[in-house]
Amino acid sequence: MDREAILKKFEPNLSNILYIMHDLQDANPQRYLAKEDVEACADYLNVPYSYVHSVASFYTMYSLKPRGKNIIRLCESPPCHLMGSRSLLDYLKASLKVDLGGTTKDGIFTLETTSCLGTCGVAPSMMLNEEMFGNLTPEKVDSILDQRRKEI
Amino acid sequence: MIKATINNVEIEVPEGTNILWAAKKAGFTIPTLCNHPDLPPGGQCGICVVEIEGLPGLKRACMTPVGEGFKVKTHTPRVMATRRQLVELILSDHDTSCLTCVKNNNCELQQLASTVGINVLDYTGLREKLPIDHSSVAIVRDPNKCILCGRCLEVCNNVQTVHALAVNHRGSDTLISTAFDAGLGNSVCINCGQCVVHCPVGALYERSATEEVWEALHDPDKFVVVQEAPAVRVMLGEEFGMPVGSLVSGKMHAALRRIGFDAVLDTNFAADLTIMEEGTELISRLTSGKNLPLITSCSPGWIKFMETYFHDMIPHMSTAKSPQQMFGALAKTYYAKEKGIDPEKIVSVSIMPCTAKKFECQRPEMNASGYRDVDYVLTSREIGRMMREAGIDIKEMPDEHADPILGEYTGAATIFGATGGVMEAAVRSAYALVTGKELENVEIMPVRGLKGIKEAEIDIEGTKVKVAVAHSCGHARALLSKVQDQLAKDGKSEYQFIEVMACPGGCVGGGGQSWGSNMAKRARRGESLYAEDRSLPMRRSHENPEVKAVYEKFLEKPNSEKAHKLLHTHYYKRSAVDGKILPG
Repeated sequence: MDREAILKKFEPNLSNILYIMHDLQDANPQRYLAKEDVEACADYLNVPYSYVHSVASFYTMYSLKPRGKNIIRLCESPPCHLMGSRSLLDYLKASLKVDLGGTTKDGIFTLETTSCLGTCGVAPSMMLNEEMFGNLTPEKVDSILDQRRKEI
Repeated sequence: MIKATINNVEIEVPEGTNILWAAKKAGFTIPTLCNHPDLPPGGQCGICVVEIEGLPGLKRACMTPVGEGFKVKTHTPRVMATRRQLVELILSDHDTSCLTCVKNNNCELQQLASTVGINVLDYTGLREKLPIDHSSVAIVRDPNKCILCGRCLEVCNNVQTVHALAVNHRGSDTLISTAFDAGLGNSVCINCGQCVVHCPVGALYERSATEEVWEALHDPDKFVVVQEAPAVRVMLGEEFGMPVGSLVSGKMHAALRRIGFDAVLDTNFAADLTIMEEGTELISRLTSGKNLPLITSCSPGWIKFMETYFHDMIPHMSTAKSPQQMFGALAKTYYAKEKGIDPEKIVSVSIMPCTAKKFECQRPEMNASGYRDVDYVLTSREIGRMMREAGIDIKEMPDEHADPILGEYTGAATIFGATGGVMEAAVRSAYALVTGKELENVEIMPVRGLKGIKEAEIDIEGTKVKVAVAHSCGHARALLSKVQDQLAKDGKSEYQFIEVMACPGGCVGGGGQSWGSNMAKRARRGESLYAEDRSLPMRRSHENPEVKAVYEKFLEKPNSEKAHKLLHTHYYKRSAVDGKILPG
């Protein structure tokens, strides 16, 4: 969907700013808010460009830098930490060859962390895009990511 | 009225008065960092905390209105310990290189640390070294000095409505910066410098040109001319401890001569010339009825603001350059010719109350003389520093006159520095140009003073001219929006002539004026300019003999072809994203 069509889905009220930015980000193949997205949002809502950027930079669910096609969000809250999310993070960094926040060379995965996902019963857990996975082990993570690679 | 006690001193204050101001009335100054007399309280810093008997916790004095029967204590052990800890925490993540800071001795944080008695720093913060923003030709921003008090945001977004700065990122990464951290030079910043004069610390300051000017002054091959804006002469004394608003025109000329400028000239001459050009333009527009209202163009901050947010008003703008640029164009043509100096060797320096003038002189089109018309712009603060470095105390200077042939000025020129001044000066001359008679009472009181938008109706022998004056871009935005609506609806506006100055109070409140500027100081400086006007033998621009001479010898007449080439300019449409010129 192009930017114009996304914007038109919403009333031009400031209260829609977060929804608009989510949709713009999702529509961007690199899963981020480009300058053009911020500008389009500012124009549509008739608010300053600097204001939209300020809002986007505050919330961690928005990215202002290009990302991979798939976003891994590993939970870093205390229950997951106790269940080994730290070593899982190290494992992911090593196997994907990226730092936290980085994108794999092939542009398929970006590695991020998140605060509590509310699924402490199956800790450690993570999200891959909109999907939640729990009871993670290095082997389980590998199979989830391999599956995703095949789907592309 | 509300009755309360502050440290056992009984006070009575109007309802809604906050404790900070009530305490002043009782004789106590509560320390604060983010509060500013001209801005609404924000409560960011927390330094102004006080104890109120019977209420839990500490309260921020700036945000708490006095309640009936409040017993406020402003310096209990708990209050003092809290304040000290807050200052320590700010300092723990602050670049404390005070000795080499532009704000050394003028810093509110430095003073506060001394006031609350910080002797040792117990905490060490991250002190991550962030890049300094050098992208703007006018203003430098050093995030390492920033204490996130938010004064710059308040003035940029709400007073000026420019929206260059915003709070970006979050938590310990919070940064006041431009969108995408692109830098002020790649933003909608209009270079007005109101953030600079409101910043309590050294996070914002002008991009200095003092080194370049010293170099030119010591170069025997260069002929360095200097011009000084009207508002500088009512501020420079403050840099040397004189009372706010002291008028030092003569002492300023003497000091500049002693620093070593080869010719000490005066922007006021060019202000008179501006009136001849703009006044003539006004009359021709009133006659033709086209592109009314005419809008003044002296303020470079306003020009960039207009180009960004009101570019449909470009046809209404006066094409007359600002006095600084008129002066620059004449210095390397008329002056060079009359004095027999090679214009190549002339270095043209201007002393301005303004940071936006640094941007204006570097606009590519400002080379009408065939050279850069103005080479360097120094703010009032910078020339104050240069004078101190040269061991010159302005208080000790004799009164001297500027040099001919660009140094004579009338009272109409000197009031350019106050809001409403350009309007008043233009009316004084337009009246004479239209009627052939002189206006008997030259003082047009309704356009004076610090009201945000002022209106008046001027009677030029039966022709009624409705004028309006706005100062600060927020007020300009309101006025221009009204004009836009009128033009869209009726095809014409109720106004025929509008003056806009980007800074609150006009140039006397410019971003290049002394640190710690506030409206009370701006008002005092403005009054001094009106006092100089009253004291001068000539008070109408068209009476200036040097202005008459430049037309006789060089420019022929106002708005002549030559005058158009040298003294007039054009404007661009700019992007509301990055402030860059838009195609077409």
